[in-house]
Amino acid sequence: MDTQDTSLIRTAALSIGYRTKKHTNCLASDLDIGVAAGQLISVLGQNGIGKSTLLRTLTRVQPALSGQIFLQGQAIEQLNRSDLSQHLSLVLSENLPESNLSVFELVALGRQPYTNWLGTLTDKDLKAVYRSLEQTQTQHLAKMPARELSDGQRQKVLISRALAQDTPIIVLDEPTSHLDLHHTIHIFSLLKELATNHQKTIIVSTHEVNLALSLADQLWLMSPGSFIAGKTTDLIDSEALDRLFDSDLIHFDKAQKQFNIQQTH
Amino acid sequence: MVAYHKTYHRTFLLLLLALVLTCLLNIRIGSVYIPLDQVLSALCNGEVDKESWRAIVLDYRLPKAVTAIIVGAGLSISGLLMQTLFRNPLAGPFVLGISSGASLGVAVLILGATFLGANLAIYPATNWGIAAAACAGSFLVLTAVMIAANRVRNTMSILIIGLMFGSFTAAIISILAYFSSANALQQYLFWSFGSLGNLNWREITTLFSVFFAGTLMVVFIIKPLNSLLLGENYAESMGVNIKNVRNLTLLATSLLTGAITAFSGPIAFVGLAVPHLTKLLFSTSNHKTLVPAVAISGAIVMLICDGISQVPGSEFTLPINAITSLFGAPIIIWLLVRKRTLHY
Repeated sequence: MDTQDTSLIRTAALSIGYRTKKHTNCLASDLDIGVAAGQLISVLGQNGIGKSTLLRTLTRVQPALSGQIFLQGQAIEQLNRSDLSQHLSLVLSENLPESNLSVFELVALGRQPYTNWLGTLTDKDLKAVYRSLEQTQTQHLAKMPARELSDGQRQKVLISRALAQDTPIIVLDEPTSHLDLHHTIHIFSLLKELATNHQKTIIVSTHEVNLALSLADQLWLMSPGSFIAGKTTDLIDSEALDRLFDSDLIHFDKAQKQFNIQQTH
Repeated sequence: MVAYHKTYHRTFLLLLLALVLTCLLNIRIGSVYIPLDQVLSALCNGEVDKESWRAIVLDYRLPKAVTAIIVGAGLSISGLLMQTLFRNPLAGPFVLGISSGASLGVAVLILGATFLGANLAIYPATNWGIAAAACAGSFLVLTAVMIAANRVRNTMSILIIGLMFGSFTAAIISILAYFSSANALQQYLFWSFGSLGNLNWREITTLFSVFFAGTLMVVFIIKPLNSLLLGENYAESMGVNIKNVRNLTLLATSLLTGAITAFSGPIAFVGLAVPHLTKLLFSTSNHKTLVPAVAISGAIVMLICDGISQVPGSEFTLPINAITSLFGAPIIIWLLVRKRTLHY
């Protein structure tokens, strides 16, 4: 184990993609990423570029093509399932199956890595559940059936569940894809607050480029054949953002720090 | 600090009371009229007016009631497990092809015997013979389903694989039936009606041991089953080994359903309907509450169905399999119309 390693997540020559018997589809290769604690990181790139694949690989949902991932200095494949569940929690973009779960029960499921074989909640677990409901301001929903939540409420409750899991890293896959502007901004400022005030490292893939530019500490830019990771402020000054979308229609305005539609006269 | 989950102590108490009452009622009902006080004193080993009443209660009705409880509880737990594992409200204990496998085994024993020219008069199929054939059949089909299941990643595919094996075995049974004698066909048909009353205490002990083993396994997968309510990806991220849980769930279901089908025939509908009925009383998805609740409700439903099949006041006994569906189907339809959605 490398004790000098202070980063929460570090990758070494990581290649991601899919491998079938006949051929290998490599989406990105030679990724060397380092992530410190308390950072909000946005993964940006167009549809199909491999954002989800990267997140799935980092969370060991799918294997890397090659290279290594270290969580707090430990190689990810050497961690057992229960260790991993105390490092990483997820907020996925998939729909929840129908069930009778209440919001409280749903968030309490996040305590599973810590509860006994029957899943009994101790006082400590209850406190953690309440704290995470408070952090997302969803205490008033606790008794509600989870299936009756609105899209915005559901995302907050799912973030609560991830918080209850009490992991240094939370990974979110497009958490705002069904939300209106109001709720999108709300979720992002919540994530920013969790990163800054609660020292969580939050990795979020998103299409909300302008919001990510103003709130994220770090950006991971994915475009065909290139992967650029860096501080948001550094990347704004570079040409990297202009090359993010391979299109004549979109153009990055450094002065306004946002993407604009190219006016064709 | 208040935990926002109800404990349902009162509902459980009422349900247990209902179980005791339906059990007594079930023993009370039958073609021979026995007053309730006589039934009670026979059960408590006290004085009975007629010695034959004691024999009827202790050797026929009590074993039948105990069988009904085990069958109802076991099938309902299996149904709940399958509905959670496949996250499909239409899944039941037989989706893995267990009943089709058992049917195949029994069909080969009874129908295949005449097919090979054996004479039924000198080759009567005993309870144990039928149970063994049903076990062998369901084990065979289940193994095939499990091997296929371990090769697919998607849990939904297992559902389809189970259904396919079901139609496959049904086809073989049709062919066997086509070439069989009327006698053999009748014997097979009677087995497929299902029956709770054919078991002696030794057979019940065997059935109960398997039931106990299966239920014990279920207790150990309650926690991962709860996490599966959020889907497999979330469950895995909370430290659950999906493949292990899946295999344990399938194994527990096959033990429960396999043993029950072997001894009492393919009893339809209970496993599918009872979990839905129970979730009306207990509006929770927590398996810690649901597993015992479903077991008790299943036992009650089975006792009631058996009571109805005795056709109180007559000497007829209707096939139990017909009764469960006759009453189960309208109830599910009524629930769907009233509640509009079924959750699992």
